[in-house]
Amino acid sequence: MKTPSSRRSADDRGFRLGTGFFALLVVLLVCGIFFELFRTSGLSIKKFGFNFWRQTTWDPVAGNFGALPFIWGTLYSSILALVLSTPVAMGIAIFLSELSPRSLRTPLTFLTELLAAIPSIVYGLWGIFVLVPVVRKLEVITPGWLRKVPLFSGPPLGVGMLAAGLILAVMIIPFASSVSREVLKAVPATQREAAYALGATRWEAIQAALRYGRTGIVGAIMLGFGRALGETMAVTMVIGNNPKISPSLYAAQHTMAAVIANEFTEADTDLYLSALIEIGLVLFILTVIINAISRLLIWSVSREVKVKPAKVAAPVAPAPEAPQAAA
Amino acid sequence: MKKVRILALAAVGLAALMGFAAAQTVQINGAGATFPYPIYSKWFAEYNKLHPEVAINYQSIGSGGGIRQLTNQTVFFGASDGPMTTEQLQAAPGPVMHLPTVLGAVVPIYNIEGVTGELKFTGKVIADIIMGKITKWNDNAITALNPGAKLPATDITVAHRSDGSGTTYIFVDYLSKISPEFKKTIGIATAVNWPVGVGGKGNEGVAGLVKQTPGSFGYVELIYALQNKISYGSVQNMEGEFVSASLQGVTACAQVAAKNMPADFRVSITNAPGKGVYPISSFTWMLLYTSPSDRQRSKIMVDFMKWALTDGQKYAADLGYAPLPQEVVAMELEAIKKIKT
Repeated sequence: MKTPSSRRSADDRGFRLGTGFFALLVVLLVCGIFFELFRTSGLSIKKFGFNFWRQTTWDPVAGNFGALPFIWGTLYSSILALVLSTPVAMGIAIFLSELSPRSLRTPLTFLTELLAAIPSIVYGLWGIFVLVPVVRKLEVITPGWLRKVPLFSGPPLGVGMLAAGLILAVMIIPFASSVSREVLKAVPATQREAAYALGATRWEAIQAALRYGRTGIVGAIMLGFGRALGETMAVTMVIGNNPKISPSLYAAQHTMAAVIANEFTEADTDLYLSALIEIGLVLFILTVIINAISRLLIWSVSREVKVKPAKVAAPVAPAPEAPQAAA
Repeated sequence: MKKVRILALAAVGLAALMGFAAAQTVQINGAGATFPYPIYSKWFAEYNKLHPEVAINYQSIGSGGGIRQLTNQTVFFGASDGPMTTEQLQAAPGPVMHLPTVLGAVVPIYNIEGVTGELKFTGKVIADIIMGKITKWNDNAITALNPGAKLPATDITVAHRSDGSGTTYIFVDYLSKISPEFKKTIGIATAVNWPVGVGGKGNEGVAGLVKQTPGSFGYVELIYALQNKISYGSVQNMEGEFVSASLQGVTACAQVAAKNMPADFRVSITNAPGKGVYPISSFTWMLLYTSPSDRQRSKIMVDFMKWALTDGQKYAADLGYAPLPQEVVAMELEAIKKIKT
């Protein structure tokens, strides 16, 4: 009986090597992208150095490039989208996993996931023709006292940060909601039963389930955030494409992905092209940082969950894997 | 030795293969400006009907991209809405010839509640609006030009292109000639640092913004305004006439320019003097190497250019482009002879 077992171990090794190679491929790809972005933006890095991150002018004629308005616009629009979409996405996830009648569940799930399948250019067109006029009406009827608040200042253009945040929110809802729903579904029935056994109401039982699955839920929300950071077409069509830093929701602003898409084809000088590629590099670095932060967030949340119950004796040292994040 | 022989064999084989492919159809690739894309694709299709063995493929990736690809020799010919700069010409591996193909114009468009008639603009007024110095529609500078129109006291929202564009180049080139301050603070390029306003992607993006935003002001290609029936203003030319853009007005402009056309055709015809001239017009150019290594393709391109400059011109007006004046065509046919075939 030696042969089958040794064959099995050889198979195992082969399989491990094969899958390991694919995993390595991802690492190589990411490093390759970073290296290439860094190399091709060399001209701009040499010329502007760290000032590229702080400068607010973007003047292709004078050859003066700064990324700050784009960084601001990208973060502003993505965070706005996150704030707007999270309650809705959570509501959808909880309703579908806990409260919805069975007959409604499948069609509703299908429809939410359909939102993710719509091409972003279609969102953009819808944004221009439907959302922007509505936003403008909203801006026009804004009372005077509210206009004095910097958040609502500026002329009613329709296009601008608010329209961009709204369209992004719609686009990322399916990501956050469908993953959260899966997470809630994966919460063991015993958790709920235990809650009910202790005399909890339905709302309290749902709270317990949310608490149990919060690692996965944070992960789901961050997935949507990542998508919002890189979204290009729909945003550029409604944000107004004006690289000026403004706290106002009504102001036309710009994002990193949008400026690359807009200006790449006509970038006629080497420095201009290099500056645009450096914008890509900045976006790449920011994405890495935000992913790292969300990982940390998940870790800290999951550690809390793991340490609190029972395992008092175990040292906290080994960083626990996020248990439900995979779900 | 063996290696060399194998390489030589491979090279011969490859050459034979390419020759075989060439005998069937010749593919010629070009890339560049988006503005002339409709007429270029029409021309290539019509030319292909006359010469089925030639297939010309054109990618409208933008003027800047076209110049870059021509310089890197990844395409056989380029096309641009703005002439190549002297530095760009020096960066190219060989001398490049500019050949004007058709003309286009840029028009000021607006959306003001209660104003339906055609508004009159001067270059100075347009420059001041773009620079954010004129901020209200009832500013004295505008009402003085348009005594009949009931201009409201609303804010002007400027809509400009967010993507780099030959349209922007023509527009800012004109304004820079009118206003030294504009030239100093904004300058001439396919994408500039706009002091005020919102950006839309493409002619359709700007037109969309203007259509939807009361009190807005923007600029688009004449063809775009004609095809989409957007009303546009007239602009004062050097003779003091207010001219509404038309294909005739644009060709008239080129006729004037032909008188002092430089030998390399790199000329800006915005704000040209002369009666009936519409001042915001420009040529668009094909870019060809004068002595490319591929003589077979060069020969085909020269033949194509001769056709486009003569028979091909009749397609221009239908597609909203102004045809070249006879004088310019004659000069170009002479210049083409210098291209080695």
